[in-house]
Formats: sequence, structure tokens, C-alpha cells
Amino acid sequence: MNAAQIVLPALGPALPELILSIGVLVLILYGAFRGERSAEGVNVGALILLVLALFAVMSQSGAKITTLNGSFIIDNFSKVMKALILLGSAATILLSRDYFQRERIDRFEFPILLILCTVGMMVMASANDLISLYLGLELQSLAAYVIAAFHRDNLKSTEAGLKYFVLGALSSGMLLYGASLVYGFTGTVSFPGIVAALDGTAGFGIVLGIVFVAAGVAFKLAAVPFHMWTPDVYEGSPTPVTAFFASAPKMAAMAMTVRLFIGAFPDVTAVWQQIIVFVAIASMALGSFAAIGQRSLKRLMAYSSIGNVGYALVGLAAGSQEGIRGVVVYMIIYLAMTLGAFAVLLSLRRGGQMFETVDDLSGLSRTHPVLAFCLAAMMFSLAGIPPLAGFFAKYYVFAAAIKADLVALAIIGVVTSVIGAFYYLRLVKVMYFDEPVAAYEPMAPGTRIVLALASLVVVLFGIVPAPLVDAAGAAAKSLF
Amino acid sequence: MLGLGILSGLLIVPLCGAAFILTLGEETEASKRNARWAALITTLATFLLSLVAWGRYDATTANFQLVETHAWLSETTRFKLGVDGFSMPLILLTTFLMPFCIGASWLSVNTRVKEYFVAFLVLETTMIGVFCALDLVLFYLFFEAGLIPMFLIIGIWGGKRRIYASFKFFLYTLLGSVLMLLAIMAMYWHAGTTDIPTLLHTRFPVHMQTWLWLAFFASFAVKMPMWPVHTWLPDAHVEAPTAGSVILAGILLKMGGYGFIRISLPMFPDASQAFAPMVFALSVIAIIFTSLIALMQTDIKKLIAYSSVAHMGFVTLGLFTMNEQGIQGALFLMISHGIVSGALFLCVGVVYDRMHTREIAAYGGLVKRMPLYAAAMMVFTMANVGLPGTSGFVGEFLAMMGAFRANPTVAFFSVFGIILSAGYALWLYARVIYGKLEKPNLQGILDLDLREKIIIAPLVALTIYYGVHPAPVLDTFAPSTEALMQSMRTALSNTQTAAATLPSVSR
Repeated sequence: MNAAQIVLPALGPALPELILSIGVLVLILYGAFRGERSAEGVNVGALILLVLALFAVMSQSGAKITTLNGSFIIDNFSKVMKALILLGSAATILLSRDYFQRERIDRFEFPILLILCTVGMMVMASANDLISLYLGLELQSLAAYVIAAFHRDNLKSTEAGLKYFVLGALSSGMLLYGASLVYGFTGTVSFPGIVAALDGTAGFGIVLGIVFVAAGVAFKLAAVPFHMWTPDVYEGSPTPVTAFFASAPKMAAMAMTVRLFIGAFPDVTAVWQQIIVFVAIASMALGSFAAIGQRSLKRLMAYSSIGNVGYALVGLAAGSQEGIRGVVVYMIIYLAMTLGAFAVLLSLRRGGQMFETVDDLSGLSRTHPVLAFCLAAMMFSLAGIPPLAGFFAKYYVFAAAIKADLVALAIIGVVTSVIGAFYYLRLVKVMYFDEPVAAYEPMAPGTRIVLALASLVVVLFGIVPAPLVDAAGAAAKSLF
Repeated sequence: MLGLGILSGLLIVPLCGAAFILTLGEETEASKRNARWAALITTLATFLLSLVAWGRYDATTANFQLVETHAWLSETTRFKLGVDGFSMPLILLTTFLMPFCIGASWLSVNTRVKEYFVAFLVLETTMIGVFCALDLVLFYLFFEAGLIPMFLIIGIWGGKRRIYASFKFFLYTLLGSVLMLLAIMAMYWHAGTTDIPTLLHTRFPVHMQTWLWLAFFASFAVKMPMWPVHTWLPDAHVEAPTAGSVILAGILLKMGGYGFIRISLPMFPDASQAFAPMVFALSVIAIIFTSLIALMQTDIKKLIAYSSVAHMGFVTLGLFTMNEQGIQGALFLMISHGIVSGALFLCVGVVYDRMHTREIAAYGGLVKRMPLYAAAMMVFTMANVGLPGTSGFVGEFLAMMGAFRANPTVAFFSVFGIILSAGYALWLYARVIYGKLEKPNLQGILDLDLREKIIIAPLVALTIYYGVHPAPVLDTFAPSTEALMQSMRTALSNTQTAAATLPSVSR
């Protein structure tokens, strides 16, 4: 054994992940020693860790660097997606404080699990081979199963956790099976290695592998036909956890999906493009139609997230640099819209009770004009009405689809977005046209911050789009 | 001033007014009064600013003027504003009508006053934006953004079936527009830019033009509205508050016509020519069919709404004749209809505020108690009919003259529209204004008060002025029409020569 082999691989590129991993161990010790009273401190500590990690991510140059024997890659794409993941996690902590205190489930394990989940997600965004992809995915998933059931005395919450776990394990199995097929037919797990081994042709085994892998990632994305868990898990989990599921893990799952298909199978686009096109159409359609009948706001947001994943996948289906730029822009804006909508949902509290149905929003514009205005902006934005940010999100993905000659996909997409507009409008109608119910309690400070930032992004994106679009453009460029 | 030009100013001033009104406190009598005055001052300031823009505008050339451009989505999709002969009069019409809308809502809107005026001012920005956008994405942005305030205006301050009407309005027009968005993207990938002046000189392949034309047509036809996609309009008109109807009829309907003249005709000349017979057919059906429907109405607003659809039929007819008279007539009719139908809705609002019903049967003999009102209503009714001496005549006459040149059969059928419009308009006038004043609750009805006189007098004056002296408006349109004709003729003759010399080339 010579000296070169025992030299540690360069860990600098993984600095944000290391900050979080080491920090979270310290927090566990602190929590274990201080006991139940430590929740406040651990929350603050977790927030500081996330901010530090965000700084570490933002200080990366964006140049393409691989480490850990090529299994871990950082580039502009991972930089943007990691920043989104960290923002989503930080927002979750801000949103969750008040809720957990009032529900008396304010335990220090939540921020710790959240950070572990975040580490897993960041690895997913940086995975450059099938093994590290799976490791990141499992770390993320296991932590997510636990926090879904975090309200452990609540039947619905534990049911959500269990459901998520059983179905999630199944999908992980499928992904692993697909990955093993790909490995078996190419002899390598590394993405560049797969590209080289395939050399532009895909045999039956590879196709089968891609199908299974696609099924696994579709589950993680909550895309149709692997979406069934979403409404139940979203409804059962504590609301801040739902906000989390709808935000950061979507970023990670999309990052993973894009990196996998563009990184490992760029020359066999024809094989996976039709899968993505089907999944996108099915998700957009189900997201628009199924949400129409929902009374529960959390279920409605679940269907909305399914639909939104469908729109983002339109960009991936295009398979081009413009398409990936569209995906990234979509995810940035989707993050802001989702967090903003959940911030409003978390503010519907009166007399120690949370309100979660559409009718509870009645006349919100009279009792809480600012809250109603922000939610209306989110809804119009989700419906894709200009000049709000959601329009630009759809603009970029559909433009990419048109360029890639996926005209039918684009037409189906815009038509479903009109159908989807119906239920978003219904929320606006309930808030603005209906007679008010009693007022709610004032918003918690954390919720206020998240809502203000999200509203700023949604409203002002149309006026100064360049910074975010340029960042997304750079991210997309680094993959090609 | 921050590198912003006068057109940005037109967009920003209403938004500033809206922001100011938002800062007003709780809904008290004082804050309501402040909101009303703030809205009025803002719209008047916008109107004055648009007059300044008009002063700087050179009506003798077809070039885009007052152009300003700011960085936006990318180098090829910029925040570009400018006006030419087609858009300048429509901007003036918008800023001119807005103070009347504010005035008409002075007393009739008494709940959530702040939000109401904010919605109106935001709507004004989006309407001006549509007419001065020189980038297709920007055009689409303003075109769609107007849906949000209008949705709220109909839904919050509307009549009994306001929720149905607001949803129908929103989803109908949205569905029409999304295909236009896809067409804009296709144009972008073909031409590499969404800059309208550049696209005006871009020749799209003929087969591509067909699809693009249809996608834009879906949007503009709904907005116009053309038969058979007009059904959202009567609902929206009837349920909207008075000022909302004025804006709908006066300006929002003109966006469709403006879209045809700004995009469909100049950018897709071959497709426009190919589809012209279809547009003629739809226009003639609209003119005759909706006029007949108007005859059957028992609701005053609905009757005027259907008459708007019929008049818009003349506009599409005129535009697609593709000769000077037809286009000039259609454009003039857009301006004239903006004033006249707006004024008619204001007149309906006057009696609605007093009696709270729009049923024709609930009125009769108003001339005895309201002579001034009867006189004003007469002018607008005559203008709606197209009586010589009113602004309505000029537009319809020119449009039909153009139609006669293009296709005499179409012109023949469209004349029935004039006869029928005389039928329904005069019948409406007779049933509401003349007859015996029998209804007991009409006995105490009062004539126009000072506020209403101030609102209606300028509209009467303009209707008659443009009827006898249409030149200012027509002269403004003329250079742009000329340029449009020129470019279309070149384009069409090029296609014909190409078709004659080459077998059709497919990609």
C-alpha cells in the first residue's frame, strides 16, 4: 500500500454538507444533555447551520469539480439547487416554531431530523453515480418518514408516516432494481461511465433499467402514476412538515432526476423522453382535475404540487439546455409560491385550533387584507397569470417544449393550466367574494418573514427577472 | 428621470395612485372620500400625461415613436414600449374614459371603496400596457394581467350572478389566450426575438403562418368577441358594475381588434388573406345574428352588450377587407364604439342607480321627468345606430365601403346589421324614454345631477364632434394604415411570385 492511496479525497467541495453533518452531531449532543428544554436552542442552532451552509454553497465558484472518486460533483446546477434546498429547510424551521409550540410537540429532534434530511437532499443534488444518489435519497427519505409521523399522538400523522414509509421503501426498491440493471448492462455506476459504456445505444436491459429508475424518481417527485401517497401524507403530516415536503424535497428530487437523465443518459434521450412526456401529461392533468373537488387546503396543495411537478417535467422532457433552465426557473418560483401559500395556511388559527378547509378562508380579504392579498398573489401565480412569477415559470418550460417540437405536450400543458386555474380562482373567490368568518389570531413572526419574502419573489420577479433567470441559465449550462 | 420615458410614466402613475390608496386607513367616510379623490386625480393626471405624449407624437409618420427600452427577460425579450398611429388613439381613449369610470362609481360603489379604485387603477396600467407594448411577451403579459383586476371588479361589486360571470369571463378569455402564448414562443424560436418592430419585417413560412394565425385568432376572437365565442360578454356586462361595463365595452373589447391590426394582419399576411373569407362569414353572422338576439332582450345592459358584439362584427369585417377604407373604418369604429357604448352604459348606470333595476319593462316615459337624460341618451342611441352626423356613422360607413370593395356579397348582408341595429336601439329608446309615465315608482325620478352632467356632457360633445369632423382620428391612423397596406401588398405579391416560380418547398 503506497502513500498516495491513503491520502484523503478532497473534501472541500463537500464543505456545506460537512458543516451540516458535523453541526448536527453537536446539536444532538446538546439536545441529549439539555433534554426537552433544549428545543429552542437546537432550533436556533439548526437555523444558523443552514445559513452557514448556504454561505458555503454560495461561495462555491460554480466550476465543475468532482471528488470522492468521481461520485460527488459540484457545479452551477448543484449550487443553485442546494441553495433552494437550504432555503426550503430554513423556511420550514421558521414556519414550524410557533406551530410546534402550540401543538405541544416542540421537541429538539425535529430540527435535527430536518438537517439530516437536508444533508441527504444535498447529496442527491450532487450525486454523480448511482450509489451516492441512492445514499442521499435514503438519508433524505428515512428522515422524512420520521418527521411525517412527528405528531406521534395523532392518528393521522402516524398513519401518514407509515404510509409514506411503506410506499417509499417500495419505490426505493424499484429504483435500486433499475440501478442494478443499469449497472449490470454497463458495468459501471458512475454517470460519465454509463455515458461512455452506452455509446448512444440502449439495449433492452438498459431500457428496462431506465423504466425502473424512472418509476423510483417519479415516486420521489410525486408524479403520476406514483403520486397516490401524496394527498394522504400531505394531509396527515403536521402542517409545517407538509410545507417542507412540498418544498425542499421536491427541489432535491428534481435535481436528482435532472442530473440522472441528463448526466447518465444524455445520448439515449429517445428512450426516456416518452416516459417523461407521459408522466408530465398525466401529472398536469391529474393535478388540475383532482384538485377541483377538494375541500381540504392541504389536499388541494398536494394535488397542486403534483400538477406543478408535471409542468416542471415538461422542461425535462425537452431534454435541452433551455428545458433544464426552464426546470430550474420553475423550481425557484415553485419554492416561493409553495412556501408563501403554506405560510398563509399556518396562520389560520383561532382559539388554539387550526383551520384547514377552503371554507375557512371565507372573506379573508375583509378580516386580514394583507394575508388575503398575499395568498391571492400566490394563487394567481400558481395559475400562471402574468405579471406574477408563476407565469414566467410556465413560460420558460413551455418555450423549451415548443423549441423541442413537443407542441402537443405544450398544448395539453396550457389547457390543463386553464383547468387548474379554476380551483386556484376558487380560493380567491372564497377570500374576496364570500362573507367573512371570524378573524384569526395574528401571524407568528417566523411565518411573517417567510410570507413576506415569498410574496416579494412572486410579485417582483416580473419586474427584475434577470438575476434568477441568469442563475438558472448558468445552472443549466453546466450540465451540457 | 431614471431613464424612464413618458410611456413608462403612463404605466407608473396609476400604480402610484393605487399604492397611495392602499395606504389609506380603515374604511371610514373620510377614507372613502380620499380614495375617490385620489383615484380621480390619478386618472386625470394620467390623462394629462397622455395628452403630453400626444403633443410629442408626430402624426405624420408610421414609425414607432416615444420608444423606450429597458433590460428585461433577456437581450432578445426586452421591456420595450412605443406608440404608432394604431396605438396612440387607443391609449388616449383609455386614459380619457378612466376619469368617467371613476366618476360613475362615485356614489354607486359604497363598499370596499379602497379596493375598488385600486383594482381600477391597476386595470388602467394593464390596458395602457397592452397598447404600448412593443414586445410580444410584454404584450401578452399586459393582455392577461388585466384579467385579475377585472375578475375582482366583476366578482366583488357585480350583480346577482357575479360569481358565475367572473369565472366565465376569466376562464374563457384565459383559454383563448394560452394558445397565443405558445404561438409567441414558436415565433421567438423562429425569429430569435419577440421584438414587435423586428417581427413586423420577419417573413414566416406560409404553413407556419397558418398555425400562428389560428393561435392568435383564438385569443383575439374571444377578446373581441366574435360569434360564436361571444357568450362570456353578455354575462360579464350584465353582472359588472357600471364602470366595469364601460371599461369592458370601451377598451377591453378593443384589445382584440388592436391585436389583429398589430400582429395578425402585418405578421401573417398570407394566412390573413387565406382566412379572410372565414372572418367575413363569422362577422356577418355576428352582425345579423347578435342583432336579432339583441331585439329579444329584456335587460337593458344585455341589449347593449349584444349590440357591442354586432358592432365588433363590423370591426373584424373592416379589418380583414385589407383595404384602406375598411381598415380605417374599423379603427375609427373602435374609437367611436369605445365612446358611444361606454356612454350608453353610463346612461344605464344613471337610471340603475335610481331604480336598481335594468329591466326594460320597469321603465317608460322617462322623458317627462328627465328631459336632459332623454336628450343625451338620444344622441348615443343615434350614434349606436350609425346615424349620419354621429361618430358611429363614419366608422360603419367606411367599413362597409371597404367590404364592398373586397366582397360585395358580404357588404350586402352586413347592411342588415344597420337596419336591425336601428330596430333594437330605437325600440329600446322608445320603451324606456317615451310612452306614458305610468309606473308609480318612476313618478319621483330626478333628472341628471351636476356630477352626471359633468360626466355625460363631454361624451355627447365628442360623439357629435367626431361625427361631423372625423379627420383628427382618421389622420392619426392614416400613416400607419398606409404602411401596413404597403407591407402587406409586398408580402402577398412576393408569395404569389414565389408560388408561381417554385413548387412549394416543404421543410
